[in-house]
Amino acid sequence: MTDIYVVGFDGTAHASRALDYASARAKKSGAKLHLVYVLEWSPFSFHTPEELAERHGRREEELARAQSVLQPVVDALTAEGVTTTSEVRHGHAGELMCEIAKDKKAAQIVIGRTGESALTQRLLGGLALTLAQASPVPVTIVP
Amino acid sequence: MFKRIMWAAFGLLLIPSVAHAEDGIDQAISDAIGPIVNPIVNTVFYSVPVFGTNFPLIVGWLVIAAIVFTLYFGFIQFRGFKHSIELVRGDYLDPNDAGEVTPFQALATALSGTVGLGNIAGVGVAVYLGGPGATFWMILAGLLGMASKFTECILGVRYRNEYENGTVSGGPMYYLSKGLSEDGKAALGKFLAIFFSICCIGGALGGGNMFQANQSFAQISSLVPFFDGKGWLFGLIMAIIVGVVIIGGIKSIARVTEKVVPFMAVIYVGAALIIIAINFAAIPDAISAIFAGAFAPTAVAGGAIGALIQGFKRAAFSNEAGIGSASIAHSAVQTKHPVTEGYVALLEPFIDTVVICTMTSLVITITGSWEPDSGVTGIALTSKAFEANFSGFGYVLAVAAVLFAFSTMISWSYYGLKAWTYLFGEGQGKEVVFKLIFCIFVVIGSSMSLGPVIDFSDAMIFAMAIANIIGLYMLMPKVKALLKDYHAKLASGEIKKIK
Repeated sequence: MTDIYVVGFDGTAHASRALDYASARAKKSGAKLHLVYVLEWSPFSFHTPEELAERHGRREEELARAQSVLQPVVDALTAEGVTTTSEVRHGHAGELMCEIAKDKKAAQIVIGRTGESALTQRLLGGLALTLAQASPVPVTIVP
Repeated sequence: MFKRIMWAAFGLLLIPSVAHAEDGIDQAISDAIGPIVNPIVNTVFYSVPVFGTNFPLIVGWLVIAAIVFTLYFGFIQFRGFKHSIELVRGDYLDPNDAGEVTPFQALATALSGTVGLGNIAGVGVAVYLGGPGATFWMILAGLLGMASKFTECILGVRYRNEYENGTVSGGPMYYLSKGLSEDGKAALGKFLAIFFSICCIGGALGGGNMFQANQSFAQISSLVPFFDGKGWLFGLIMAIIVGVVIIGGIKSIARVTEKVVPFMAVIYVGAALIIIAINFAAIPDAISAIFAGAFAPTAVAGGAIGALIQGFKRAAFSNEAGIGSASIAHSAVQTKHPVTEGYVALLEPFIDTVVICTMTSLVITITGSWEPDSGVTGIALTSKAFEANFSGFGYVLAVAAVLFAFSTMISWSYYGLKAWTYLFGEGQGKEVVFKLIFCIFVVIGSSMSLGPVIDFSDAMIFAMAIANIIGLYMLMPKVKALLKDYHAKLASGEIKKIK
């Protein structure tokens, strides 16, 4: 069975570094890539009535925008011979990455370091910290 | 966008200059509005003498409706309470719907519209006029009102409009017109929907705006001498902030308050609980005063009937059950079945009235702050009661009052806007006109003395209930059918717990 690497990807520079690292590994080992684009969202947040009324439309927009970031990357990797799949999800990045890694029986999770200071990471609960504590599979953090 | 803000500011600056300066600007505004407001108030609150007290028919209208829905749906507010909690907790949320409006979000938004000064100031008015006994009737009205809310929010989701761009519009104007036209009563439905919309605009400007501005100003001016007698200035500042959010579209301010308001609510209830705990020795006396007042035939302030009227009135004004407003906010939820939102919505009067309002009135009663005919009423009475144990709490209350007022105004500006666009059609220009009017009323509200403001707020909010409840009676068999369908799906496992 081929290994699957779950890669957190949102089109930013650090996510691109993580993807470069993961695709280089995948080419060598013949692993598949699964890109995950998480839109931060909580079912328990507060909104104005206007935001609620527009929510469904906004969600569609967000999904479309994320898809437009993912698609070219997926196509390019596929062209290079790396089997690549992707998904866009709303929710908590840490929780979702763990859940997806578990479901896919992934070999590892690869994410980029956002470059925030240790303090902001601690206060805001950075993704890297969450994964380091909760991930069911090995995690690679690409600087 | 900057241009729009400039226009808004310009419009607002015109108001004070129009008013006469002879008796002070505030007095001039009060004088100008009084004659327009009074006839409306007298019509809505047409009262009949019952046991020597004037009983406003409209209060009976709301209570009877709440009792009817409670019986018709077999005490759904008690039977379904556990299911409501499970729904809000997200036990039935489909992970594939992540990113859509959750039951919790709809409830929180609707609550931020209802938890306002009604809970702080309105309860002060109720206890001042009705005595501690008003508490009992307020709680009862809150419990009964849960069934009204259940009914109207199911209909709100069932008959909402979903547009191509993904936005949703719902509320009484839609279920009245669409629901009744299904039964071949299109003309009646249309009439009720229009009547409701007109009253909703009035309610948005009254209870959702002027009352809020007025009472938060009352609290601020009692603490900050600079503002004393400068209601128009406070109103202007408030109006500009509201205008920046609703006209300028600066969501960040709204987002901050939406986060701070729940926090303030927790502080408020926490402080109330601490005061009740400190005065635990006085609890038995307070409870007996509440029961004595609730049933005493010839007690102070109009006796049991006076307590009942005040309790019911303030409860209805605070939790808006039967008024139809919350159904506008609840309509945006993502759900597989309209009935889920009914279950979620019935928690609203519970949190608003049975918990928060009761806290306020218990604090007033327990600290012995209530003095009949002392003139200390509304937020001043609540403030006095909290100050009895926490000196300086008046400042916390002032912050809470302004924030509650602000979030309620934001919610109601939206309810009013939805009614406005129902009447006049959608369109940027039309919407800005309403939003400008809304901001102007913030200034008017904080300039008037409490009497005319409360009366007008009450009148318009209660008038919404006339059309809404007629519609609810006619549509309730449909709600029952939906409820049956929902429980069949729950039983068959078509709708099931995810967690």
